Order: sequence, then structure tokens, then C-alpha cells
Amino acid sequence: MGAQNKILLLDDDEMMLELYQELLKQLPSKPDVQVCNAGARAIAMLESEPFTLLITDLRMPKMDGLQVLAIVRRKFPQLRIVVLTGVLDEEYRSRAYAQGVEMFWQKPSSSEDVKLFQDCIESMLDRATQVQDGFRGVQSKSLVDLIQLECLSRSSSLLHITRGGLDGKIWIQNGEIIDSATANMTGEEAFREILSWKGGNFEILPADPSRARTINNSYQGLLLDTAQALDESKGPPPGTEAAAEGEAPAGPATGLAALGRFEGVSFVLSIPPDDKAAVEAWSLENAAAVATWARDAHRRLAKLGEGLQAGEFAGAIGTGVLEHWALKAHGQKGLLCAGFRPALSGDEVEQTMKHVFDKWAS
Amino acid sequence: MGFLTKLRSKSDLHRLPSGSFTVDPLGNVVSSTLPAWVPAAQVREIGQQILAVFKGAAAVRLQCTEMKVQYAAFRITAREMRGGAIIFLSPKTAQSGAAS
Repeated sequence: MGAQNKILLLDDDEMMLELYQELLKQLPSKPDVQVCNAGARAIAMLESEPFTLLITDLRMPKMDGLQVLAIVRRKFPQLRIVVLTGVLDEEYRSRAYAQGVEMFWQKPSSSEDVKLFQDCIESMLDRATQVQDGFRGVQSKSLVDLIQLECLSRSSSLLHITRGGLDGKIWIQNGEIIDSATANMTGEEAFREILSWKGGNFEILPADPSRARTINNSYQGLLLDTAQALDESKGPPPGTEAAAEGEAPAGPATGLAALGRFEGVSFVLSIPPDDKAAVEAWSLENAAAVATWARDAHRRLAKLGEGLQAGEFAGAIGTGVLEHWALKAHGQKGLLCAGFRPALSGDEVEQTMKHVFDKWAS
Repeated sequence: MGFLTKLRSKSDLHRLPSGSFTVDPLGNVVSSTLPAWVPAAQVREIGQQILAVFKGAAAVRLQCTEMKVQYAAFRITAREMRGGAIIFLSPKTAQSGAAS
């Protein structure tokens, strides 16, 4: 049995605090629910002991909810945050989401709403106990989201990004990107290089005010230029010209790297039929673990098909919030497992996987 | 008569189940719209294998909320629901097979 989840409830209305404390205590996971009625007090409580979830109102005297969010998100990146407010204002909503909140709830007005609210919170607590490591609130966002978050909240910080043996840094000062560095590159060139990485780990470090400014472009301009440069370097989207014919965009990449150049592919894993033979991976850190799972999943699903007399197993596709995947078997070559960016729809994943698989099988 | 018997034996070929059912996180079938002739053990087996694939994917950081499994003549679509799942079974007709 895991540790008891702890929820901190912040609202300036004492009656609401009492009511929601009671509602949350009724959850099946029986969380420890603590309350406070001021932003500064909430931050002090978060500093003194670890919490799983912060539920906060937005409109409060002195320090309002958005100010609390800005501080909390930077100081406690692992903390899950839910906004619970009586005000349904689109601007508030988008600003709250820009601060990285998980959910934006209007205060429930009916018993059905209350039930739904309780179910959602319970589900979040459930997931929180399953995912104990990684950078919560950062892990679930792309690097671009994270940079926008830091810039929008006019933060000063140093983003440290690692991907395998690669290491990059982006310096942000008062919401502006002032410098970047990776390998032997600096400035905008390094920034573009870091944003081209298809995965990795983030870490937010304290700002370094002594860092000299080498980037003078605004962060919006920089992100736009980088996105454009990356798009151009990738070649045509799926369904057009080369990709439609099952060919990867032209370029020097070979082997699995060539498969990774199809639009939207985030990793490729080639698994030979012999369990003892080495797997081949591109852009995947936990290749051995994924290969073990893929073999197991294929065995289960193929056996299921046999039991149903449903015909040969033709493949499986999983779509998720952070990444999609596809799995397909080939008689002689074994299994191909590929990852796809979440921006792709299920149909696009299916279509792209078909091209990737054909190229791999050939 | 002999001819009719032959026809009948053709129609008794294995039928693939069509419909949906939900399973809880332990793989127990909670509700089902599948026809009564589908064996309960088979339904339970489908649910358990699908849940095992969902859980295995999550364990290797490939957490997914929906999964589509394609067979030559059949498709399984499953949506994860708080540890359990809702599972749709659809045999491929000649038309749907051609479209997919």
C-alpha cells in the first residue's frame, strides 16, 4: 500500500473550504485534506511538507490564485494543480492553463457535478500514485510548452535539457530567451538544435543573471523561426509525394534513422524474431524494456486472435496523451514497434506506420 | 435435403462476436452488449489480455488511452477507463475490410 495522498485546498471562503474538505475526505483513497485561506500560507505549507495535489481558487484578496500558480509551478514542478473557481472567464482559464494546471473546474452546482468532480480528483490521485518519478507538470509538456510557460510568466531560469548523451541549456531572463548552448553551438543555432531533439528530460535550475545575452529575437519569433526551420528540414508531410509512395524524405540517414525521418515518428524499434538476438533502436532510451513488452503484447494479441479465429494479427495501435505507438509483425524480420508524436491523429498514425513498416520490411 | 444440410453446415461456421463490454481493473466483466452465445470465458479472456497490454505499455512509458487491434477478419477497439476498459468487438465485413 502506497503513502496516503495529501491534498492542499486553498480558498478565501471558509465555508467553501469546510464543504470541499468534507467532499474530498469521502474519496475512496481517503486522502489527507488540509486547508488554508491565503496564498502565502499555502506556499509556506507546501514548503514545509510534500503534497500530491493543490486545489486552488483564483480570486482571492492579497495574493490571487494566478500569482500563487506562478510561484507554485516554479517551486514545486511535481505538484499537480487543479483550479476550482466560481468565475468562468476564458482569459483566466487560458492563463491558468499557461501556468500548467491540470484541470480548470467551475465550482460544482449540482450533485452530478460534485460526483464528477470527486471522480476526477480520485482519478488524478490514482495516477499520481502510479507515476512517482519524472518531472511532474513538466514531463507532460513539450519543450516548446515549457519555454512558453516560463516566458509567459516572465520567469528567470535556466532550463537544462538532456537526451541520451546530449546536453543543452537555455537561459531565460525576465521572460526572454537570452542564450542557449549545446555541444559546440551557442545562441540561436544551439536553440534550434535543442528544439529538434525528439525527447529527453527537463530540469529547471535557478537563473544565472551573469549570463551574457547572445539572442535578441523575441521568444515568440524564436519559436516561430525554429518551428519553420524544423518543418523545412523534415521534408514533405505524410500523404504527399515521397511519403505517399512509402519513401522517407531524401537525405543521408540510413537504417532505422531513415525510418525516423517520416513525419511524426518519435522512435523506431526493430525486434528480431529470436528472443536472444539484440534489438535495434532509434531515439528510444528504454529499448530493451519496450522490446520485452512488445514481444509480450504481440504474443498475447496473436493468441487472442487464434482463439477467436479472427485471422492473422495485422497490428495494433495505441494512442495516448504523451505519445502514440504502433506494433506490427513481419514473418522473417520480427516485430516493428514505432512511436509517434501526439499531434498525429489515430488515422495518421496508422497511415504513417504503414509507410514505415513497408520501408522497414523492404 | 442433403443439399440443405450442406448449406446449413456452412452457416454454422464460427461466428465472430460483435458488441461491447466493460471490464474492471481486475478483468472482471462489468457490463456487456454481446450476444448470449458468446462464451463468458472468451469475453473475460479478451478483457484480461487487453488490460495486460494496456498495463504493460504504461510500465514502459507508452501509456495509451485507446488501443486498436486489427486482425484479418476482426477488430478490437479498447478505451482505458480508470484501470479498467471498455472494449468494442467488430467483425470486418467485406465493405469495412476494404475500407480499412
